[in-house]
Amino acid sequence: MSWFLILSSVMFFIGVYGFLIRKNLITMLMSIELVLNSVCINFVAFNKILYPDHMEGMFFTIFIIAVAAAEASVAIAIIINIYRRIVNIDVEKMNEMKY
Amino acid sequence: MFDFSYTVWIVLIPFFVFVFLGFWGNRFKPVVSGIIGTSGLFLSWILSIFTAYQYFFVVAKPGEVFQQIIGYNTLWLRLTDKLHIDMGVLLDPISVMMLIVVTTVSFMVHLYSVGYMKGEKGFERFFSILSLFTFAMLGLVVATNIFQMYIFWELVGVSSYLLIGFYYTRDTAVAASKKAFIVTRFADLGFLIGILLLSYFTGTFDFITLTSPTGPAIATPPAVTFLGLSVLTWSMIFIFMGGAGKSAMFPLHIWLPDAMEGPTPVSALIHAATMVVAGVYLVARLFPIYVTVPPALEVVAWVGAFSSLFAAVIACTQYDIKRVLAYSTMSQIGYMMLALGVSGMGGHDGLGYMASMFHLFTHAFFKALLFLCAGAIIHAVHSNYMYEMGGLRKHLPVTHITFLTACLAIAGIPPFAGFFSKDEILVAAFHHNTALFTMEYIVAGLTAFYMFRLYYVIFWGEERTYHHTPHEAPKVMTIPLIFLALGSIFTGFIPFSRLVTSDRQPFGIETEWIVAIPSILIALVGIGIATVMYRKKTALPRKFASALKGFYQTTYNKFYVDELYLFIARRIIFNYISRPIAWFDRHIVDGSMNGISYVTNQASERIRGFQSGQLQQYALVFVSGAVILALLFIYLWT
Repeated sequence: MSWFLILSSVMFFIGVYGFLIRKNLITMLMSIELVLNSVCINFVAFNKILYPDHMEGMFFTIFIIAVAAAEASVAIAIIINIYRRIVNIDVEKMNEMKY
Repeated sequence: MFDFSYTVWIVLIPFFVFVFLGFWGNRFKPVVSGIIGTSGLFLSWILSIFTAYQYFFVVAKPGEVFQQIIGYNTLWLRLTDKLHIDMGVLLDPISVMMLIVVTTVSFMVHLYSVGYMKGEKGFERFFSILSLFTFAMLGLVVATNIFQMYIFWELVGVSSYLLIGFYYTRDTAVAASKKAFIVTRFADLGFLIGILLLSYFTGTFDFITLTSPTGPAIATPPAVTFLGLSVLTWSMIFIFMGGAGKSAMFPLHIWLPDAMEGPTPVSALIHAATMVVAGVYLVARLFPIYVTVPPALEVVAWVGAFSSLFAAVIACTQYDIKRVLAYSTMSQIGYMMLALGVSGMGGHDGLGYMASMFHLFTHAFFKALLFLCAGAIIHAVHSNYMYEMGGLRKHLPVTHITFLTACLAIAGIPPFAGFFSKDEILVAAFHHNTALFTMEYIVAGLTAFYMFRLYYVIFWGEERTYHHTPHEAPKVMTIPLIFLALGSIFTGFIPFSRLVTSDRQPFGIETEWIVAIPSILIALVGIGIATVMYRKKTALPRKFASALKGFYQTTYNKFYVDELYLFIARRIIFNYISRPIAWFDRHIVDGSMNGISYVTNQASERIRGFQSGQLQQYALVFVSGAVILALLFIYLWT
C-alpha cells in the first residue's frame, strides 16, 4: 500500500515542481497531467484497499482521464492561439493582465 | 337604486385616450389625433350629462336630501386592515356639478384646439396631455377619499406643468412651467401636512366618514391643541394652504400670470375654468369640518377677499390680455373662497356655500369663453398686447359678440349668469361681515372696469396696422365660443339652491334687491368709466396714470410680489439657509465619503504590486498556501 502512496506523492510533487519552475507552457501542461495521474493512482489504490467489492474509485479514475483529455485539448488550443499572437510560449512573456 | 358604476368610465375614457395618443399619436395625421381626443371627451361629456340628469332628477325625490352615492369603489393599496387607500367615484351634488363643468369646458377646449393648434409642432402631444389633465381633474372631483384627491391633485399639477411648458423651446415658457410647478408643490406640502394631521387624529381618509355629522372629525374632535388652536384647525389651515396654492390665492398666486405662457386653450381649461378652482372645491368638499373650526374659515374668507381685491387692482393696469384675464381669474376665485369663508352650515345659513359653487359653475363658462375669445384674437393679430389691437369688431364679429357676452356676465349685469352668482356671494357677505362686503363691492366695480377696458381697447378704438387683415376664426373655433356664450347667458337661471347646498338639502332663495341694485349700479359705473376712457382714444388714461404715478407703477409691477419672493429666496434663504447647508454637504457629508475613498485608494495603491501578471508567482502562492493549510491540519489532528 505505502508504495502506491509514495509513488503518487512523488509524482504529485514532481508535477507541482514542474508547474512552478518550467517556463514552457507545454511542459507546464504536462506537469498538470502528472498531478492528475498521481491523484488517479491514489483513487485506485484506496479503492482496492478499502472497498475491494466496489468499483467507484475505478470509475472515477476513468472520468478523470476523460476530463483530462478534454482539458488538454482545450489548453493546447489556447496555447496555439497564444503562439499565433506573440510567436512564443514562454509563460513569463504573458504578463499583460496585471495592475 | 340606480347603478352608477358606469361613472368610472367618465374618468377612464380620457385616460385611455391619453395612453393611446401618447404611444401611438404620432402614427396618424395630426388632425386624426385631435379628433380622437375630442371624441373621447365627447363620450365623457355625454356620460356626465346623463349622470347629472340621473342624479338630480331621477334618483333623488324632489325636496329630499341628496344622498352621497359611492358609484364605484376599489381597494387600491392595502397597507394594513385599518389603513388602506381606495380609489372610487363619489357622487354628491358638488362632484356631479364639477363633472359637468370639467367635461363641458374640456370638450369645448378640445374642439377649439383642433382649430387653434393646427399646424403646431407636437399637436398629438398636446392632445394627449390635455386628455391626461382631464383624467386627473375628473379623478380629483370624484375622489372618495382625501388621499385619492391628493394623488390626482399632484397629477393635475404635473399635467399643468407639461402644458405650460408646451412651447419648450421658449425660455420664458420653461421658466413659467417650473415656477408654476414649484410654487404649487410648495403649497401642496401644506396640503400633505394637513392630510397627515387630519387622518392621524381621525383615523380615516374617507370623505363621507370625515364630513358626516357623527364622524370622528365633527362629533368627537381631537382635543390636542397647538399655539392656542386645536389640531383640527391647524390641519384645516394647512389643507387650505394647498388649496390656496392651486387656486392662486395671495401670496401663492405668483405662478398664475406666468402660466399664461402656455397655449391659450390650456389657459382656458386649466388656468381659468377647472384646475384653479380645485382649491375652492377642496374647501367645499371638507366644508362640514371647516364650519366647526371658525378660525380656519376666517382665514379662508380673508385670504379670498384680499386676493380678489388685490388681483382686481392689478388687472386694471396690465397690457397683456391674457394676464388681465389671469388676474381676473384670481379675483373671481377670491370671490368663491370668500363666499365659502362667510358661509354657515345648512339651509339659508349655507347661502355662501351655494353661492360659491354657483359662481364656480358660471365662472367656468364665461372665463373659459373669455380665454377662448382671447385665443381667437391672438390667432387673428399675432400679439398678446392690447395696445397692438383695436377696431377688431368689424373683422371678428362672432368673437366680438361672444366676448361682449362674457364681459357682461363677469361684470354682473342681469340677466347674464355672473349677476346671479355674484349677487348671492354679495348677499352672503353682506349678512356676515360689512368689511368683507365692502371689499367685494369695490371689486365688483373694478371687475366691470377692467373687463370693459379690455373690451373697448380690443374691439373699438382705432385700427392698427396688422401683418395681414385679421380674419374670423374657423368654425371649429367659433362653435365652442357660441356654445359657451349661450352657457354664460343661461346658466344663471339654474336653480342652484335646489341642487347644490351645504347640507344637500334644497332651500329657496329670492333676490335681495337691497344688495343687487347697488351691485348693478357699481358695475354700470365701472363700465361707464371704461367707456369714457377707452371707447375712443383719449388722453384720459395717461393723465390718470401720471396723476397716480407711484401707485400706478406699483400696480403695474404687480405690487412687487415677485421681487419680494426673489429677495426672500435669494438674499435670505440662499445666504442664511442654503449656503450653510451646502457647506455642510460639501465638507462634512461629502468629506467623509471622500475620506473613505481616499483611504481605499491609498491601500490599493500599496498592495497592487501583488497583481504582477506572472502566472507562476500566483501558483507558487497558491501551492504554498495549500501546503501551509495541510501542515496546519496535520498539526491540529495529531
